[in-house]
Amino acid sequence: MDFLPVVLPTDGLIFLLLVTVMVFAVYVRGKEHLRAPWREVKRSRMAAAALVVLLTYALIGLLDSLHFRLPLADNGAAKMEAGTETEYSTEVLSLLDVMAAPLRARVEKTYSAPFSAYLFARETEQRADGTEVRVFPRLKYGGRHLQDPENERAADILVASARAVAISLLIWLGVCAALAGLLARRERVSFSTMLRRILRGETETPWRVVLLTFFIILVVAVWAAVLSLKYHILGTDKVGQDVFYQALKSIRTGLVIGTLTTLVMLPFAVLLGIMAGYFRGVADDIIQYVYTTLSSIPGVLLIAAAILSLQVYITNHPEQFDTLAERADLRLLFLCVILGITSWTGLCRLLRGETLKLREMEYIQAAQAFGVGHSKIIRRHILPNVMHIVLISVVLDFSGLVLAEAVLSYVGVGVDPSTHSWGNMINGARLEMARDPMVWWSLCAAFVFMFTLVLAANLFSDVVRDAFDPRLRKQ
Amino acid sequence: MMAYIARRILYAIPILIGVNLLTFALFFVVNKPDDMARVHLGVKHVTPQAIEKWKTERGYDKPLVFNSSADGAAQFTDTIFFRKSVSLFVFDFGRSDDGRDIGLDIRERMWPSLAIALPVLLIGLLTNITFALLMAFFRATYIDVWGVVLCVVLMSISGLFYIIGGQYLISKLLHIVPVSGYDTGLQAFKFILLPVVIGVVSGIGAGSRWYRTIFLEEIGKDYVRTARAKGLSELRVLFYHVLKNAMIPILTGVVVVLPLLFMGSLIMESFFGIPGLGSYTIDAINAQDFAVVRAMVFLGSVLYIIGLMLTDISYTLVDPRVRLG
Repeated sequence: MDFLPVVLPTDGLIFLLLVTVMVFAVYVRGKEHLRAPWREVKRSRMAAAALVVLLTYALIGLLDSLHFRLPLADNGAAKMEAGTETEYSTEVLSLLDVMAAPLRARVEKTYSAPFSAYLFARETEQRADGTEVRVFPRLKYGGRHLQDPENERAADILVASARAVAISLLIWLGVCAALAGLLARRERVSFSTMLRRILRGETETPWRVVLLTFFIILVVAVWAAVLSLKYHILGTDKVGQDVFYQALKSIRTGLVIGTLTTLVMLPFAVLLGIMAGYFRGVADDIIQYVYTTLSSIPGVLLIAAAILSLQVYITNHPEQFDTLAERADLRLLFLCVILGITSWTGLCRLLRGETLKLREMEYIQAAQAFGVGHSKIIRRHILPNVMHIVLISVVLDFSGLVLAEAVLSYVGVGVDPSTHSWGNMINGARLEMARDPMVWWSLCAAFVFMFTLVLAANLFSDVVRDAFDPRLRKQ
Repeated sequence: MMAYIARRILYAIPILIGVNLLTFALFFVVNKPDDMARVHLGVKHVTPQAIEKWKTERGYDKPLVFNSSADGAAQFTDTIFFRKSVSLFVFDFGRSDDGRDIGLDIRERMWPSLAIALPVLLIGLLTNITFALLMAFFRATYIDVWGVVLCVVLMSISGLFYIIGGQYLISKLLHIVPVSGYDTGLQAFKFILLPVVIGVVSGIGAGSRWYRTIFLEEIGKDYVRTARAKGLSELRVLFYHVLKNAMIPILTGVVVVLPLLFMGSLIMESFFGIPGLGSYTIDAINAQDFAVVRAMVFLGSVLYIIGLMLTDISYTLVDPRVRLG
């Protein structure tokens, strides 16, 4: 199929981040002292389970980061608007959109509860004999295949669920066998021995935990995929959009905020922190002044001020942005930058302190005595010795940033209202709190998705910190 | 001591100037007052006269930093920079974009903020220390392990969930206290109760875990071993020796936020309809009232710097080894 690839700024940065992580991984492989703490992480059961969850999220996020524009002919003539000269639609889609096309397209009229076949609000309907009744109308898509939803629905859901579990069990058994076979060949033992070791949890890497977590995720994923074709498994929102689809789309926003913010601020924090500690004197004074000033402004207010300014700029310069997606993406990127500005000061201060300590060490004094240049000393001797601080703070920051996004969107200075994000979902659903019975599904979906990600990140970062922090390692 | 405080105040001045310049740049250089006027009056169908009128009413019609049409000192004083930014140094916040006196608003609204924030801090501190001590006492047992896991789980829940869930459970289902609102005097109690409880609960996860780490670090030290060797009971070691020494890092974290309590909590106040400075700021952000946001940024920085100063002073009070000179 013909399509026009689109690389939004955040997409570009995500791929840059991916490349960086890969390069880092290759670099670590060659260094025994760097591999040791990672091996400890690998051995941890908690980290293994958390990592499987995180990778699932990352996969969805990546699928959602491959953007393109489809040719207009495919999208139908309805999309052909005046002024579009190109043959491509102005709508920017991602691979995830295409995969979840049924979810995206099946828009109801307004709210409907999870698995419901009826709308949440009553409507007046005319009967054949001319009388009018107030009824809950049937949904256009959710539960359409049922003749008599009240009686058939439970059985239908049960059958579909059973089928989903059966399918995922088959896939899972296949994956288990493949993994055991692979490991058996690598370790040169028989297939059954390997299988027994995995089942008993005797392998060095906790494969049993990995497989169990994978099984749970697989069941949930297959179940959701099967049932979301028949029902709105998490209901629909005010304009009738599927909440499950929204929650999936929000994953990318959460991940972008959690990772790109760090990527954006890292160069400044590392460079300035090390420079302040290494050169001391005037450089130290200036850098300290800059970060004290920035950190003295309450974070939310600085973000609010910056985002308000950006909003004014966008409102007054609409001509600079071609598509809605581009504008929303710019705002997301800008939010990352601003969050980065407010959060680099802590890391910078830590690095300065550590560098101050390091520069008095004998090996650095020796390097200086030998006449090694400053940039080389920093690169070869200081940077590798502060990397653990950088890594720990990167991993620890992630979950806080994901949570911050929701709060900022609530305050009104978060991502663009057109961007799918958990914050926007909560914000939209909050207004319906007063409704009776309550519209709870948007809120719950956002909280559950967010909670899973943040919990996995927190558990993983704990293990990473324990493995890398030399202070903790001694105990 | 006095000399130290004086020096710290002098240090604070360049920082405040930096904050001031930064907000000035954000609000007046990146976006011209014309842009702000256009946002307020609606982008389309706005006449230049209307923009001029809006600017004149709010004093944004002056040049940014240098007024060439004035004489003498007025060349510098009759500008937006002097009127709007320099005046913040004497806590003259001016008027908000819809004409209210910001200084008066702040003085009025900081008390409700404090009424929520102070109990949250104090009760939260007490609960967190209690939980942390419990975990430290039962360290390396299942109670400790599961306590930490529980803390991580509590930490991973969004703050918004605590508020929405709490409101739903306590106010809507159980009808114990009103959902939102505020009152003066003793009547305020029933409105304050729920925000305080939610504030404390949402902080337990991160707080207890953090304090537990501090306690465990203290427990590993030599004086604790000495105390045990003397034959003191574990409880006495924990409460008498460890708690006392661990208070130093705990205090540092608490004292620095003390002045900021006046600013209130943005989300909590707007959810519960409390007329404090937090909801004031949120309203200003939503209404794009730049004058109020600017004032709050400056106020926040001042309070933070005061907090840092108080921290240093409190060090000398709790730790006799520290001498400020």
